[in-house]
Amino acid sequence: MIAFHDVAHDYGGGPLFRNASMTLEKGSFHFLTGPSGAGKSTFLKLCYGELLPSAGSVSLLGQDMKTMSRDDLARTRQRIGIVHQDCQFLDHLTVEQNVALPLSVTGRAVSAENLSDLLAWVGLGGQARALPPTLSGGERQRTALARAIIASPEVLLADEPTGNLDWDMSQRLMSLMIELNRMGTAVLIATHDLNLIRFAKTQVSTRVLRIARGEVQTAGADL
Amino acid sequence: MTRNDVTRVVVPRSGRGVWLVGLSAAAMAFLAVFALALSVSAARLAQNWAAALSQTATVRISAPPEEMAEQTAIVLEVLRTTPGITAAREMTDDEQAGLLEAWLGPDLPLDALPLPRLIDVTETPDGPDRQGLRLRLSAEAPGAVYDDHTRWRRPLAEGAARLRQLANLSLVLIGSVMAAIVMLASSASLASNAQVIRVLRLVGAQDRFIARAFVRRMTLRATLGAAAGAGAGAIAMLALPDPASGSSVFSGLGFQGSAWLLPLSLPVVTAALAWIAAKATALGVLKGVT
Ligand SMILES: Nc1ncnc2c1ncn2[C@@H]1O[C@H](COP(=O)(O)OP(=O)(O)OP(=O)(O)O)[C@@H](O)[C@H]1O
Ligand SMILES: [Mg+2]
Repeated sequence: MIAFHDVAHDYGGGPLFRNASMTLEKGSFHFLTGPSGAGKSTFLKLCYGELLPSAGSVSLLGQDMKTMSRDDLARTRQRIGIVHQDCQFLDHLTVEQNVALPLSVTGRAVSAENLSDLLAWVGLGGQARALPPTLSGGERQRTALARAIIASPEVLLADEPTGNLDWDMSQRLMSLMIELNRMGTAVLIATHDLNLIRFAKTQVSTRVLRIARGEVQTAGADL
Repeated sequence: MTRNDVTRVVVPRSGRGVWLVGLSAAAMAFLAVFALALSVSAARLAQNWAAALSQTATVRISAPPEEMAEQTAIVLEVLRTTPGITAAREMTDDEQAGLLEAWLGPDLPLDALPLPRLIDVTETPDGPDRQGLRLRLSAEAPGAVYDDHTRWRRPLAEGAARLRQLANLSLVLIGSVMAAIVMLASSASLASNAQVIRVLRLVGAQDRFIARAFVRRMTLRATLGAAAGAGAGAIAMLALPDPASGSSVFSGLGFQGSAWLLPLSLPVVTAALAWIAAKATALGVLKGVT
């Protein structure tokens, strides 16, 4: 679904990582970890085309990112779910409307029932009509996750989706993502919460990528 | 939410620029009503003058009183035998007095003035051979002068045409200013909503969708503004004297009959103009934002 070939990225102050190659197969479950500032968010942005690599190539759903038009990229993003590290909402729309955006911007129908089920599952039943700026950090992350999965994406890219949540809620959201993965969605989660990775490993087979010292490696069983 | 509802709400309703667009559209439409009226009236005046003055001519006979009757008879005979002239008629004293009254007032002792005799001539559409007619008249009745009104007609027609060009140029300028305002307001709105564009891109919205959300608001405001402005302009036109009952010299500024459709079409034209201008701007700006 996503393939990196010898990818390097550099914001201008020297490369964050070099020669990164990996493939994210259909139905796979990956974690991406590494110290803060290592480039986890950057790696995810390369995956969904917010950034282009300084070297190497990235392909998303079979298309090379470099040759994609803006419309191609938009159509591709309709098939993936993204949880941005700082969430990114339309602050003048309600939680409900924000969550429904991936469907409504493409003219797909939003079933009120599915919407309220989803909000209830992520514990936002009472906040459906709230505006994003009034939410707590954890509520924002849950809203972002709900928005990322509402359109049943083929790939889910989540950047620290549980960073502000207590352990119970983290497990709950992780279970939701594992459930989605069982139904065929490829999942890539950036996190430095090792407990969360251990919890996931008890439920589903995962691979862990680690960014360290400028390289992206597959981590062993030493977690 | 349907897709339509979404395009209505995804751009926050805060922009002051959007209100300025409405206000400007109102002002521009108001001005456009008068430019239109000028254009339409100039065309009508030109037509009226042309119709009234073509196919008519006048022969003016200035002669001593004792020769007047004889020369008049000669002139009438010449005219009767000239091809291209359908009728020639001596104006009565009352008619002549009527003509002069318009200029000199009603209490004129006309009998005391040595007035020339006027003969009213009606021509066929092609008219007579004017050069030959003038020669014959000067030979047979030296006091007679043939006047086919071209002296009047040409400057009037030219003036009306020039007036019409100016009015049309004003309309083009008004339209250009309107388009420029919409373009400026659109780019300001896109710039101040960068975050909205980011979020929409993140969830897979295509440029076309994002542009529609912005264009919709601009077009709506411009159209409403233009409707208000055109309405106010039309009311102002109604308050002017009715052109149909106007005086004989100048038949007034304004719309008659179906010409009223022109000011009423201004909101539609504005809508199309704003839509094109806003859409071109939005797609152009979005192309540069990744
Ligand atoms: N737009 C940018 N321009 C320049 N430098 C950037 C930009 N974005 C990120 N960086 C730098 O690149 C490095 C990696 O950033 P990134 O956000 O990918 O880290 P991260 O691994 O996600 O960290 P965290 O765990 O804190 O979220 C950081 O040193 C950051 O300062
Ligand atoms: Mg990060």
